[in-house]
Amino acid sequence: MSEPILQIENVSKTYGARRTLFGRTAEVQALKDVTIAVHKGESFGLVGESGSGKTTLTRSILHLETPSAGRILFEGQDLARLSPADLRRLRARVQIVFQDPYASLNPRMSVRDIVTEPMLVHHDILGLSRTQRTDRAAELLSLVGLGPQHLSRYPHEFSGGQRQRICIARALASGPELLLLDEPTSALDVSVQAQVLNLLCELQDRLGLTYVFISHDLAVVRYLCNRVALIYRGELVEEGATDAIFDAPKSAYARMLIGAMPEARVRREVS
Amino acid sequence: MTETVQTPQTEPARQGNDRMRRAFFRFRQSTLSMVGAGMVAVVLFFTVFGTMLAPYPDHVAGGVETAARFQPPSAGHPFGTNELGQDVLSLVMAGTTVSVLAGFGVVLIGSVIGTLVGSVAGFVGGWADEVLMRLTDLTLTIPSLILAMAIAAALGPGFANMVIAISLSWWPGYARLVRGEVLAAREEVYVTAARAIGANPARILFRHILPNVVSPIIVKMSLDMGFAILTVAGLGFIGIGVRPPTPEWGTLLSLSRSYMPDYWWTAMAPGMAMFLAVFGFNLLGDGLRDILDPKARR
Amino acid sequence: MAGPLLRIRDLHLTMTSFDGAAHVLNGIDLTVQRGEIWGLVGESGCGKSLTGLSISRLVPTPPARYIRGEIRFEGRDLLQLPMREVQTLRGKRIGMIFQDPTTNLNPAYRIGEQLVDVALAAASHDASVLDCPADASRREKRRAARRLAGDMLDRVGIPNAKARLDNYPHEFSGGMRQRVLIAMALIGRPDLLIADEPTTALDVSVQAQILKLLKGTVADHDIGIILITHNLGVVAETCSHVAVMYAGNIVESGPVEEVIERPAHPYTQALMAAIPTKQSKRGTLKGLGGSVPNLVSPPPGCRFAPRCPLAVAECTQALPSAVEVGTAHHAACIRVTGTEVASDV
Repeated sequence: MSEPILQIENVSKTYGARRTLFGRTAEVQALKDVTIAVHKGESFGLVGESGSGKTTLTRSILHLETPSAGRILFEGQDLARLSPADLRRLRARVQIVFQDPYASLNPRMSVRDIVTEPMLVHHDILGLSRTQRTDRAAELLSLVGLGPQHLSRYPHEFSGGQRQRICIARALASGPELLLLDEPTSALDVSVQAQVLNLLCELQDRLGLTYVFISHDLAVVRYLCNRVALIYRGELVEEGATDAIFDAPKSAYARMLIGAMPEARVRREVS
Repeated sequence: MTETVQTPQTEPARQGNDRMRRAFFRFRQSTLSMVGAGMVAVVLFFTVFGTMLAPYPDHVAGGVETAARFQPPSAGHPFGTNELGQDVLSLVMAGTTVSVLAGFGVVLIGSVIGTLVGSVAGFVGGWADEVLMRLTDLTLTIPSLILAMAIAAALGPGFANMVIAISLSWWPGYARLVRGEVLAAREEVYVTAARAIGANPARILFRHILPNVVSPIIVKMSLDMGFAILTVAGLGFIGIGVRPPTPEWGTLLSLSRSYMPDYWWTAMAPGMAMFLAVFGFNLLGDGLRDILDPKARR
Repeated sequence: MAGPLLRIRDLHLTMTSFDGAAHVLNGIDLTVQRGEIWGLVGESGCGKSLTGLSISRLVPTPPARYIRGEIRFEGRDLLQLPMREVQTLRGKRIGMIFQDPTTNLNPAYRIGEQLVDVALAAASHDASVLDCPADASRREKRRAARRLAGDMLDRVGIPNAKARLDNYPHEFSGGMRQRVLIAMALIGRPDLLIADEPTTALDVSVQAQILKLLKGTVADHDIGIILITHNLGVVAETCSHVAVMYAGNIVESGPVEEVIERPAHPYTQALMAAIPTKQSKRGTLKGLGGSVPNLVSPPPGCRFAPRCPLAVAECTQALPSAVEVGTAHHAACIRVTGTEVASDV
């Protein structure tokens, strides 16, 4: 196996107690001693239900939040020790696609502005001129199955699936190596979901991307990921190759999740 | 991979206007909004052309005609004449310019200061928020008319001073509105996306947050226009606004007060003009809120 | 058995918007018997929710307009009934669960009070809802209603249900609130329950629990359920029958095993092919290109034709009518004749 691109080492996150009008709220431990290594070029599935801490983990990887304990390393560099300039440079290399394609695009920006924004922000690294940026945006759009004719349109003119493609194009604009996919298909219809999943597969093969795929949909995770980690209430419950976990889950939680997964086939059972 | 992304059939030229046309369609659904827009259109028309179109331009400039004092409404003077024999219609038409421009100036200055204060408070948060919002609360406690009178007394009466005076008590409403909107917009997913890209705070504020809080500001400006015109007229009425002979609705109304009720027409025209302007801007504001901010619809 | 619980016949609904009148329901036929769970599936914008809302008459008219058709609930046409009677029915006989749980609970009252109110209202119609004699005192009834409320919360999987009756809605998470709403819809023991994506926002483990509860309710109380969802997996696990909707039409309907195992309509086949299964290899899922057409000017003939991999010239001639392809299994596709099933081989 290739070297790890992302290492999460003993990460914990506690949200402090807050004082309210009627006393103090309890401390919330969102993550407890989580250790995960993601290797270059793989699709790593992170499965957890609501309240499992997967959102906190994503935000920590993006350094939008700092863990209370533990380290997060990207290519061996500790995120917490990076200078602001290095951190900004890192942001070009780690990108995210969010769950809700309706909320994650600024309604007042044209598709051109949305897709070129990362290139503008990372002008110092990418050094693209205005026309080069537009050309690159058009190129990215065709990469995700849209076209240059969509450049001057606004988000509200697109369907959910198309918007998610725009989000993917934006995430790819700064030339990242690691893509966090935060339930990117759960707001989409199955027919569209299948297309977006295929697009993700294709992009990974073509660009050599590493994916961290966060989802509660086990069927999608099984389809896309080669390794999976299950988190429950902030703790890592099980981790391993996708097939191994789906065929022979070790933990009770994994067995329960897999059992609860609705499958579109007829179960011949004695009721 | 089977890829057929549907392209809307409309030609590109129509695309840009599509949003506007949709908004206009929704606006038209409401009769009251259309009436408001019509009234505002009339008021704005006289703001620009009122002085030019006045039937007795020399009266507007201060000319008097003592022979024709207090003539009741007639074909020659649809709203009669005043104590100096001036045509009331001409004065009111010309007065539109001062009243509406002053109102607009107040709203504009107030919203700019308020947006600045509110967006910094909401975006930066922490102590900046505390300091700015307490300052806002403090300003809110001072009655606007009294503050305006004090400033007029200190700086002397006049158009510019009046506008500045009212604006200084006008911005807190905008500051509070904008702060709330910025706080909400800051949590939007696209703002998080911009942060994840590495965009700096200025870019996030000016590119992602402020453009998305413009709608409620515009709605408030439209709703406020009426009140601002009233306040301007109020200052004119108590004699610290624009000085005669420059025609202004509040001043006109104030002068005619002594001749009520015998020469009622002298008060009628400026009063009606104010009513029309205030009512029109309010209806328009309500209509704009419906199309720009559907969440606030009742 | 007497007539069906619900019978929708040839229902046509248009919606007027800026773009013009959209024919959003284009001749819906659906019959629900007691003891059946009907799954209504399709992509968003196919008219699933509008069908559900039409049954409880919650579609605002205007901008919507019923062109023709009828919705008979136990023989009475809901479209002809005065609104007041529909409201009574809606509260007591027809229950609804919506996807968004945040807006349907009153934040000012405790969960328990809201449930008790619903239970008492239901008891005024059918005393057997509360497990106490009809002539019981108000106090006894209240106590029985509260007991029932606690049981109900317990059954929808809320831990420590009795104690949580005294909580306010804001003290519940989104998933818990949804479960409260489901409890509220079930507590009055409606004859027909319309559940519009009830579990979409919930975790799979909770979803499984809720679906089991819905199945149990049908078995215990002999009611009918219409489950609107976009998830064929949920349908396969829960429903007895399924109707697949596309662009305002039911394109295929029948017993769930039939439809899932032998999908006849190309749209159903496409939906099935898009679901990742254990066997699907990476990158080989079959997506469905294009999107649901604009219903202001729908494509001529079969509305699915522009996206259909099997479309031929005749498809654009006329809207195909439903043909029986198996026991109570119908599909509306010209490629389907008798028991033959559309296929590209």
